[in-house]
Amino acid sequence: MKPLILETQDLCVAYGRVEAIHKVSIRIREGEIVTVIGPNGAGKTTLLSALMGLLPARGDIRYQGQLSSGSTAVDKLVGKGLVLVPEKRELFGSMSVADNLLLGAFARHRRGLRDHAKTMDEVFAIFPRLAERRTQEAGTLSGGERQMLAMGRALMAKPTLLMLDEPSLGLAPLIVREIFRIVQQLKAMGVSILLVEQNARAALQVADYGYVLENGSVALENDARSLLDDPRVIESYLGLGGSHSIAA
Amino acid sequence: MRCDGTAAPRTPAGIGVNASIALILVQDGVTNGAIYALLSLALVLVFAVTRVIFIPQGEFVAYGALSMAAVTAGFLPPTMWLVVTLGIAVALVDSVAALREGAAARLPMIILKNAVLPVLALLAVRYLPLKTLAYPLQIAVALLFVVPLGPQIYRLAFQPVAEATVLLLLIVSVAVHFVLLGLGLYFFGAEGGRTPAFTDGGFNLGASYIQFQTLWIVGIAAVLIAGLALFFEHSIYGKALRATAINRTGARLMGISADLAGKLCFTLAALVGAFSGILIAPITTIYYDTGFLIGLKGFVGAIVGGLASYPLAAAGAILVGLLESYSSFYASAYKEVIVFTLIIPVLLWRSLTTHQVDDEEH
Ligand SMILES: Nc1ncnc2c1ncn2[C@@H]1O[C@H](COP(=O)(O)OP(=O)(O)OP(=O)(O)O)[C@@H](O)[C@H]1O
Ligand SMILES: [Mg+2]
Repeated sequence: MKPLILETQDLCVAYGRVEAIHKVSIRIREGEIVTVIGPNGAGKTTLLSALMGLLPARGDIRYQGQLSSGSTAVDKLVGKGLVLVPEKRELFGSMSVADNLLLGAFARHRRGLRDHAKTMDEVFAIFPRLAERRTQEAGTLSGGERQMLAMGRALMAKPTLLMLDEPSLGLAPLIVREIFRIVQQLKAMGVSILLVEQNARAALQVADYGYVLENGSVALENDARSLLDDPRVIESYLGLGGSHSIAA
Repeated sequence: MRCDGTAAPRTPAGIGVNASIALILVQDGVTNGAIYALLSLALVLVFAVTRVIFIPQGEFVAYGALSMAAVTAGFLPPTMWLVVTLGIAVALVDSVAALREGAAARLPMIILKNAVLPVLALLAVRYLPLKTLAYPLQIAVALLFVVPLGPQIYRLAFQPVAEATVLLLLIVSVAVHFVLLGLGLYFFGAEGGRTPAFTDGGFNLGASYIQFQTLWIVGIAAVLIAGLALFFEHSIYGKALRATAINRTGARLMGISADLAGKLCFTLAALVGAFSGILIAPITTIYYDTGFLIGLKGFVGAIVGGLASYPLAAAGAILVGLLESYSSFYASAYKEVIVFTLIIPVLLWRSLTTHQVDDEEH
């Protein structure tokens, strides 16, 4: 079995006194795509924010074997190849596409790795649309282009583990398919991926392993293939008009 | 009108402004406006990146000018003791933080960079013949013991509360201002300082006399502003600062740490402030508390730019300089009132024409 790249043990995250994540334990192995699916408000974004060090958390987070316990500075984790594409994208709206991409390589630049020109060519090869728009302001891009830029910017950091928060959110089916194709392509390039998605079917189809998060806890976990065939998952997340709850 | 309000060109009452007086006023206005423009850019930068309204900006002007006065008189800048003391304090605070994180391996570097380096610099400069040093080297020595105060103050006073509200940051800022003011009195005493001009003399342009120093001021201010523009447009660190100002969360996710961004722009603000002081020290006597009013006028310029737009802030600052020189000619008793009253129509105009945008919510 491949070595673990990220592992949490009884992770709890609270907003004030309200606990949004309760005793969540997940594992991601090198080169795997792991997906976390679940209804709105389940705590998926909260989980990713805590993993990234954006939110304080209780319980253990182990990235590349090192305990980071939710208080490690974000820039340290980015420097070690843990990169998040957030749900809100957080682009630099009044800066050009090229500058947004360049800043994706900031952490590498700080460590003395000055290969961003080459990396940018690789990103442009994956997203030719970005190359066409390199001088355009990020704030004027279309929704799909914004998502491509957010992913491209994350790739500029040459991530070891890439965390994607709903990359298909609000995109046309054609672009969604394109995004999932790219996710698989990244896996082939050796990038480990933690994929948070509402589009459960597409996510489980590309993933190796999946977790179902409900009300801040893991309700179900299994190989992605098994989850696709699991009647509880089919009823709640894959069927039409599902109830979006397994525990209930 | 000079920054401290002295040496106003006076004419007998009742005589209208002829062309040469207008030229003198414009010259004064633009000279001071150039300094205010520099300061307003630094204020906009610091606010955009850290949300700190940098009241102590003026103290850096005074420290720069008075340190330069000390160096040209052959003394070491007294602020060097402050740089050394704060350096040791930063080393302590950073060491404790590193130990808490379990990163003991970083201790030697932390201590070397923050505590040992200032002491070495002090020892090195001690044996220099300061008084006979070339002018640019004297400037370098004066800056060497003022500019580090910028990042040191950020680390000690602002970084621990970096996530606080703008109001709390403002309160800290006011506190730092008073501390630096008091220390300024302690270090430099109550009497003012003046330095020799970069180049003595001047020349006649039509009916008016132009000092070389005013050319230096406007020229160097323009070069510094252009340099800052290049830094923000073309270097990755400049872009990182802009990114932090545009989207704080986005910048953090790129590994641009708020601490680094904060230290970087406080360094720039300290450099701009101290250099401004060195520029005006030959044409006006600077006291330990002169900086505050100068800084405030830069602030009026920054307000014109809504604390967000660099070109508008610079234009506002030039406007402040001109308004100041004209009002000191026509109604010198009300000079400051007129300048600061400029804020009111500007704020009214801004509140009517702009709508609240919150970049962090996108
Ligand atoms: N800043 C906050 N303060 C207080 N409560 C919050 C905050 N952010 C999220 N929550 C709450 O925490 C819970 C989990 O939110 P989270 O954004 O993690 O859900 P999610 O699974 O990502 O949902 P979605 O699929 O809609 O993006 C929700 O009940 C939400 O209202
Ligand atoms: Mg979410």
